[in-house]
Amino acid sequence: MDFFGDPAVWLPWTFASLMGLSILIYVVLDGFDLGVGLLMPLAEDDEKDRLVASIGPFWDANETWLVLAIGLLLVAFPPAHGLILTALYLPVFIMLVGLILRGVSFEMRAKAPIAQKPLWNGAFFAGSLMASLSQGFMLGMYVMGLTWTLPHVGFALLTAVFLTVGYSFIGAVWLIWKTDGALQLHSVRWAKGGMWGLILGIGSISLATPFVSTRIFDKWFSFPEILYLSPLPILSGVLVVFLWIQLRRMPFENDRYSWTPFAAATALFTLAYTGMAYSFYPYVVPDKLTIYESASAPESLFIILLGTLFVLPAIIGYTVLSYYIFRGKAMELRYD
Amino acid sequence: MDTLLLSRIQFGANISFHILFPTITIALGWMLLFFKLRFSATGDRKWMDAYMFWVKVFALSFAMGVVSGITMSFQFGTNWPGFMETVGNVAGPLLAYEIMTAFFLEAVFLGIMLFGASKVKSWVHTLATFLVAFGTTMSTFWIIVLNSWMHTPQGYELIDGVVHATNWFEIVFNPSMPYRFVHMMLASGLTVAFLIAGISALRMLWGDKGEDVKSALRVGIIAAAGLIPLQILAGDMHGLNTLEYQPAKVAAMEGNWETRSNVPLVLFAIPDQENRTNHFEISIPNGASYILKHKADGVVPGLNDFVEEDGTIMHPRVSAVFFSFRIMIGTGVAMLLLSWAGVVMLRKYGAGNMPKLPLIAFSAMSFSGWIATLAGWYTTEIGRQPWLVQGVLSTKDAVSDVPAGMVLSTLIGYLVIYASLIIAYMGVITYLARRATRGEPLTSRQYPRGGTTDVPVLQPGE
Repeated sequence: MDFFGDPAVWLPWTFASLMGLSILIYVVLDGFDLGVGLLMPLAEDDEKDRLVASIGPFWDANETWLVLAIGLLLVAFPPAHGLILTALYLPVFIMLVGLILRGVSFEMRAKAPIAQKPLWNGAFFAGSLMASLSQGFMLGMYVMGLTWTLPHVGFALLTAVFLTVGYSFIGAVWLIWKTDGALQLHSVRWAKGGMWGLILGIGSISLATPFVSTRIFDKWFSFPEILYLSPLPILSGVLVVFLWIQLRRMPFENDRYSWTPFAAATALFTLAYTGMAYSFYPYVVPDKLTIYESASAPESLFIILLGTLFVLPAIIGYTVLSYYIFRGKAMELRYD
Repeated sequence: MDTLLLSRIQFGANISFHILFPTITIALGWMLLFFKLRFSATGDRKWMDAYMFWVKVFALSFAMGVVSGITMSFQFGTNWPGFMETVGNVAGPLLAYEIMTAFFLEAVFLGIMLFGASKVKSWVHTLATFLVAFGTTMSTFWIIVLNSWMHTPQGYELIDGVVHATNWFEIVFNPSMPYRFVHMMLASGLTVAFLIAGISALRMLWGDKGEDVKSALRVGIIAAAGLIPLQILAGDMHGLNTLEYQPAKVAAMEGNWETRSNVPLVLFAIPDQENRTNHFEISIPNGASYILKHKADGVVPGLNDFVEEDGTIMHPRVSAVFFSFRIMIGTGVAMLLLSWAGVVMLRKYGAGNMPKLPLIAFSAMSFSGWIATLAGWYTTEIGRQPWLVQGVLSTKDAVSDVPAGMVLSTLIGYLVIYASLIIAYMGVITYLARRATRGEPLTSRQYPRGGTTDVPVLQPGE
């Protein structure tokens, strides 16, 4: 265990990175399928099934990244897991109810009697909305240091709205990629309408974070750090401009470049997330508990890491396989 | 009610709701593989029809299992932070291995199993079915390892009140793990066997004459009749294992207060924990001694041994364990009688000409596996109280300090949702069966058909 120096240092670091990676993958992947759920009420009745079809083969596995992320928090940083989740007791409950409603109505809307379909469509939207709002709320509370004061809750309510609109944006650009015809045109419109959520969300968190904690402020606004970090905001700006231009010109002939908005949105999420990770490192509970203080015993982390080294590439491999098998447009419905 | 009791009820409600669906998917995955392989071997369309019907039940159950499972992983933190803080070094790696080796395997290949039939070659689809079934079984293995370790912990040392793993082989192969794993796998097999037999019987009662329904009924009955004796044997061995490691639980199951020889087998009683006696007892002399010690004068431990000198009770609430155990045994006996009678009927009449009465009996028992499984889990889990991890961590030391009112409100929320979802779930399964009987197309479920279509057959939804 001593290959990279002190195992009480490199193991927590590795697990924090793995957990961070899982959260990022979750936010992008479940972000687009939550987003598709959020767009349901905007879609015409005959489009709703295609919306669902576009995420059908993927959503189970997408949510598994949340289980992995929370699982890694649970197994690698048990005290932090307890602290964070008891502080966020109520929003966690709302998110869980939302995810339950969503998953169940996903199946039910296709299997229950036709007369019930609008009900399950409604539950699918409501579930997606509850999950997105509560995730955004938790993000805001986390940035504010997990303390329940009125201004913090107010900020968290704002991020709840921003993240929800942000999810609907990445859902819309996913649909641009996976659909064609009238639905694709609609998706372009939805994406344009949802972009402000993404910009305001990233903007407000980027601005708020340094002012909540002097530690984070110093990490960003001191020389030469500010120089190394400048690509983050600059690249984000470039991506936003690129997205805006692309969306205004869409759709292109022969559906060329229909994947680019989704790729750009993913890059934007990644940049914003990297910035956050930089701000909070080495804390897992902001300014209270570092990853090194809360890590499990190195022996236990090492035994998990051994498995991870073999299993994670396999997971990524068959996930890619699944996306490859279901490549191309989500086709018009076939009622059997 | 205080936070501890409310949190226990809430976790109990969540895990009870959750276990219903894995109990179905674990064995149904293998059953689907069986249908698919029979189809590949015989080319008989009926096997594919059976696959197409039951794969929908699988998809629905799987979704319910996933979403209720996510709830579990969060509740460790929201309600039981003391659990991971104390035993996280053992529980953590086991949970991590479950997520990594099982959850992703199931979830990713489920997509291919459900929607990929038209997109991949038939053998790839069969392989996906196998991997999903294998994934559910792996998941069972890891979670049973952890649960068994909580009953019979070993391979660890305590440093400053925190558990540290010393021997992973001992942790994984802890004394109760093999029994519990076999018991659970068989429970899942029986649940699915009765579900398949019951729903098929229901369809026949409604007048379905399809070959797929007859075959499914036959497969269900034969599987049930074959599995139930194995389950009784496994249950008995599990009980003897529990006697060795958790005598207080067995004492509560038997309703036995004093440690003594010639203990009767209590068939029915109302245990009275305050006065430490049974009321209205009906029992068979020497029965418990025979079952547990295989001789009439065998000494069986009694509950009074687990009361400390200051009066602290170190055994579980007796009536809960006592009655759960009897409900499980009662359901098991009913399963044995019905499935064996069913085999006799099969030989006499064949699956196509079954008389009405056994068909009604089988449909009434469609969800009997759920009752037995829940009752069995209540027996073993309540039976471990007041411990969360036997001898290491007590339940009250692990609970969070979230206000009771907050726990109560979320508990009510969960209960309302779970009750409505169970009703919806059972309703939809019956609805699918009714539509299949009428010969109507089974579903409006769509599946992506873009890209290249190599194999035109085997659409889920057909």
